[in-house]
Amino acid sequence: MTSTHATNVQPKSVTVPQVGSDLRHCLTVVAALLVWLALVSPVQAEVTPQRAQTLLQALDTNDFDAKAEAAQAIAASDAAQKTRWLEALLDGRLARERRGERFYIITDDSGREWPIIDAITYEDAGTGSRRSVDAFRINNALRTQLQGLIASLSLGAGDEATRLDAAKRLIGEVDAQSVDAVTTQLDNEESSAVRAELETALALYRVEQGDVTALETLSGNLDTRVRNSLTTIANSDAPIAADAEEVLAGIENKRAWYERGQTLFFGLSAGSVLVLAAIGLAITFGVMGVINMAHGELIMLGAYTTWMIQQLLPGQPGLALLLAIPGGFLVAGAFGILIERSVIRFLKGRPLETLLATFGISLILQQLVRTVFSPLNRRVNSPDWLQGAWHLNEALSLTLNRLGVLIFCLVVFAALWALMRYTRLGLEVRAVTQNRAMARSMGVRAARVDMLTFGLGAGVAGLAGVALSQITNVGPNLGQSYIVDSFLVVVFGGVGNLWGTLVAGMSLGVINQVLQPWVGAVLAKVIVLIGVILFIQKRPQGLFAPKGRTS
Amino acid sequence: MSIAAMFKRNSLLDERSTWITSVVLIVGMLAVVVLHALPPDHAWHLNGSVVSLLGKYLTYMLLALAVDLIWGYLGILSLGHGAFFALGGYAMGLYLTAQQSPLAPWQGVMAHFPVAALGVVLAPGLLALVFGWLAFRSRVTGVYLSIITQALTFALMLAFNRNEMGMGGSTGLTRFDELLGFSLSSESMTVALFVASGVTVLLAFWGCKAVTRSRLGRVCMATRDAEARVRFIGYRVEHVKLAVFVLSAMIAGIAGALYVPQVGIINPSTFAPLFSIEVVVWVALGGRATLYGALLGALVVNYLKTLLTGVMPDAWLFLLGGLFVVVTMFLPQGVAGLMTHLRRRREVAT
Repeated sequence: MTSTHATNVQPKSVTVPQVGSDLRHCLTVVAALLVWLALVSPVQAEVTPQRAQTLLQALDTNDFDAKAEAAQAIAASDAAQKTRWLEALLDGRLARERRGERFYIITDDSGREWPIIDAITYEDAGTGSRRSVDAFRINNALRTQLQGLIASLSLGAGDEATRLDAAKRLIGEVDAQSVDAVTTQLDNEESSAVRAELETALALYRVEQGDVTALETLSGNLDTRVRNSLTTIANSDAPIAADAEEVLAGIENKRAWYERGQTLFFGLSAGSVLVLAAIGLAITFGVMGVINMAHGELIMLGAYTTWMIQQLLPGQPGLALLLAIPGGFLVAGAFGILIERSVIRFLKGRPLETLLATFGISLILQQLVRTVFSPLNRRVNSPDWLQGAWHLNEALSLTLNRLGVLIFCLVVFAALWALMRYTRLGLEVRAVTQNRAMARSMGVRAARVDMLTFGLGAGVAGLAGVALSQITNVGPNLGQSYIVDSFLVVVFGGVGNLWGTLVAGMSLGVINQVLQPWVGAVLAKVIVLIGVILFIQKRPQGLFAPKGRTS
Repeated sequence: MSIAAMFKRNSLLDERSTWITSVVLIVGMLAVVVLHALPPDHAWHLNGSVVSLLGKYLTYMLLALAVDLIWGYLGILSLGHGAFFALGGYAMGLYLTAQQSPLAPWQGVMAHFPVAALGVVLAPGLLALVFGWLAFRSRVTGVYLSIITQALTFALMLAFNRNEMGMGGSTGLTRFDELLGFSLSSESMTVALFVASGVTVLLAFWGCKAVTRSRLGRVCMATRDAEARVRFIGYRVEHVKLAVFVLSAMIAGIAGALYVPQVGIINPSTFAPLFSIEVVVWVALGGRATLYGALLGALVVNYLKTLLTGVMPDAWLFLLGGLFVVVTMFLPQGVAGLMTHLRRRREVAT
């Protein structure tokens, strides 16, 4: 065991104090010593087996007070095994041989025959059962005490993460016996994160003792245990009940804000999925007036590309995902150009026919994937840096894959916007949108622009597929489930308007999330759909009407 | 002027197609009944399941008729007509389940056949009235209208999937026993339902024909071809559209009501956007704005579906998708248009 407090290193041997008549005083001393000890002792001196035996024998009593003292003694001792003993005792897995003097730790207490090891030497001791060994029993008071002791022991551990974890566990566990120890620990602690947790733990203890000044420390604290304790105090007839209630109200208020933040995040991430799915459509629909019902299937192709690349690069999901971004774009874009060249260009100016023909293509693509791969869903692995969540505090944590999709969506949007705004292709696209005949007379090759635009829209659909593969399973029906939503987003935002699509997608996502707790996921979606239908009746040109003359 | 001329020519052609279609429908129906009445060991005997399947086709033909009425003659491409079909079906399904054990107390009222029959036409009719009133009043047209009809049926599908709706959730309504006191599992009931469907198709066909040949029908076609012009002449286009849209929805509802007892189940998948779009391709294949084309298309495509899904299920979606593409690119007027085209060529040649 290494200590971070190298400067405090002083070899020290401590004798365990005898339990005197003034139990309370004595225990305080013990606790203080123990925390200090854990802090300062560089090497855990091995105690003799006889000493260990004595320590464990003290536990062998039916008197819970005596057991508590024995546990304190163990915690204060030099025994290297003490944390393991206390943990085993807490779990009811520390046991004594029925006919003999040996102590065991039960490593697995499911079943009838338990594998056991010697508690002092950790040597394998075969198996034991209810008949051959007696597990030590504990009561609730002892359980609380043990949890505090174990937390205190971990507080001395060198690793900051371990100390932080231990400090967090101390909240609500501090009692009269350990308060001084924790205070000492607080004075010696250097990490501000650990200090904050320790301060909270101490303040909570003081408030429980009726200390009004400590309430200030707790204001705005989001920990559930703090909230529970304060609720208890506020509902009691303690003199500080009113003050506690005030602090509690502040906490609840802050918590509500963070919860709103969480809802907003979920909404934005759901919205970013919608935006990604819809933005390619906004390009093809806006520029060419082409309703591409196969758009969802182009998304699906992007997702399958991700899956294929991951199959080709086993064990490297991160690299595969990065490669899938250009890969998905190119595959979906190529399919898009193929569709445009072979079908859509012959149906110019007949939007309803285009709609039907592209729907036919979508069915063909779906069945193609079903035949080539399988009708079953495929799982695309997420790289490590997209797994788990980013815990900002107790009330707000952001799942990394959703955060990734949100950022990806914004990047794609920015890139597309820049493309439309600053490149020659963008200029030509805008020219063709505004006045096709005039653009052609100025030398813009409208047919080529159509092809490239459609390819671009399809490629962006492929990118959406890459992103979607990180949050859902990939299957032949993936695209179908997004097509209705995507069209609504485009129409809601205003056809041919990228900003409109962004705002519409994000707001639909957020509205959906806000409604969900009240009415449930399905009904929220139904309400949003009906809301958009009604909105389009009221304002057929969408949120942002295209400027200029449009036919 | 040109509209009037076109109508005149159309009406001449339609005159002939109307009686041919009627004769084919009546003869076909009689043939099925007679063939079914043959002794079971006779080579030409049609068994009950085939009759039931043909009855199902007839309800699909009725639905196709409803879609053709608004798409062919009014230019409204509804991608959500399955919703009206399903609503009619649910009304009938409620009647059938309410007789034994209603899923919710209010559904007890559906056990009375007149109430249920009213529900079959009123539920889709009212939805079409509200939806159409909102949409046509604000002049939502073209692909926008198509998209929101699709959103409508999608929303209804999600809603009917909820158990809280009291409509059986995702399982839907099933396990029907008897209709008007007769057991649904008997052979005679199968034939009766088939005949009822056939007669309804015939009546609806004549009804739609009458509508399209009336003054209302002419205004419809004029609206389809030049909406602004019709409006400037002084017609309330939105009223015309609304009337025909509601009529079409009611026909679809009746089709659904006839469909449910023959198939024995109604569930939210009938609301699926895919089904509604499939209906559109039946009409597109048969030929828009002919009515008989819709009937033909529905029959042919569904027969192919039954054939293919049994033999090689993988091929069905390829074929359906291919049909969409081929019909829109090479047969914009469908089979009916192709036949007219060929006849014209022959007339010119002689």
